[in-house]
Amino acid sequence: MSHQSHHPRYDVSVMLTGDRAQIDQIEQDIMARLEQFAYTKASRFAVKLSIEEAVANAFNHGHKHLPPGVPVRLEYSLAPDEVRVAVEDQGPGFVPADVPDPTMDENIEQPSGRGIMLIRAYMSSVAFSGTGNRIEMTYKKPAPKA
Amino acid sequence: MAQADSRLRVRRQDSITLVEFIDRNILDEANIQSIGEEISALIEAESGPKLLISFSNVDHLSSAALGTLITIRNKVRDRSGQLRLANIDPQIYEVFVITRLHKMFSIHETTDDALKSFE
Repeated sequence: MSHQSHHPRYDVSVMLTGDRAQIDQIEQDIMARLEQFAYTKASRFAVKLSIEEAVANAFNHGHKHLPPGVPVRLEYSLAPDEVRVAVEDQGPGFVPADVPDPTMDENIEQPSGRGIMLIRAYMSSVAFSGTGNRIEMTYKKPAPKA
Repeated sequence: MAQADSRLRVRRQDSITLVEFIDRNILDEANIQSIGEEISALIEAESGPKLLISFSNVDHLSSAALGTLITIRNKVRDRSGQLRLANIDPQIYEVFVITRLHKMFSIHETTDDALKSFE
């Protein structure tokens, strides 16, 4: 086991450079593993969407004023009953409560600002830590339908 | 004619422009930007544009793609045009519902339904 020095609670820790091929490959690996663990298509959709949105927020908002190439840390643990993912950027952080509700009439035409609400809608739990520069999210596999 | 490096399939049916995505995943921000620019050029080429966007090949899209769709919708509206969306996978439709954007767009189950809905 490597990376234990940083956040031992996650099995895998990767530095993302913003390279699309890298994130595509990681997502592909995660999705394949979740399929082996019998996560449904809907569950895999939820996890993939949440990773996409968290990573996009890290680079686009967290690293907005940082030079290109500053990496974002992605950590994850995949288990048969739950998926845990953390995304940490090196930006100044933010206050999640200050993000306007994108579904309000006055915000509905805004082209951005929907990432966090989608993550909250799809994941079982979401928490921000540090200065808001780290998001930790968990997806619990729903019980199979009787 | 679509450009050589286009991420879209574009065809005309009477006065309607039909657009389909080539990619199954609309996640890459550079791609989303070029899709937005390409569709904007189609909108700006005529007054009162009638645009039908089909999502038949699409498995995933990001909130950045939703943002581009909103921009497209506003451009169509500004030119007194009509925009229809069709063939949206149920999982992606749920994203529209969560974000309440299903109320902002005219969404149809099939291309035929969408074609019939133009005024």
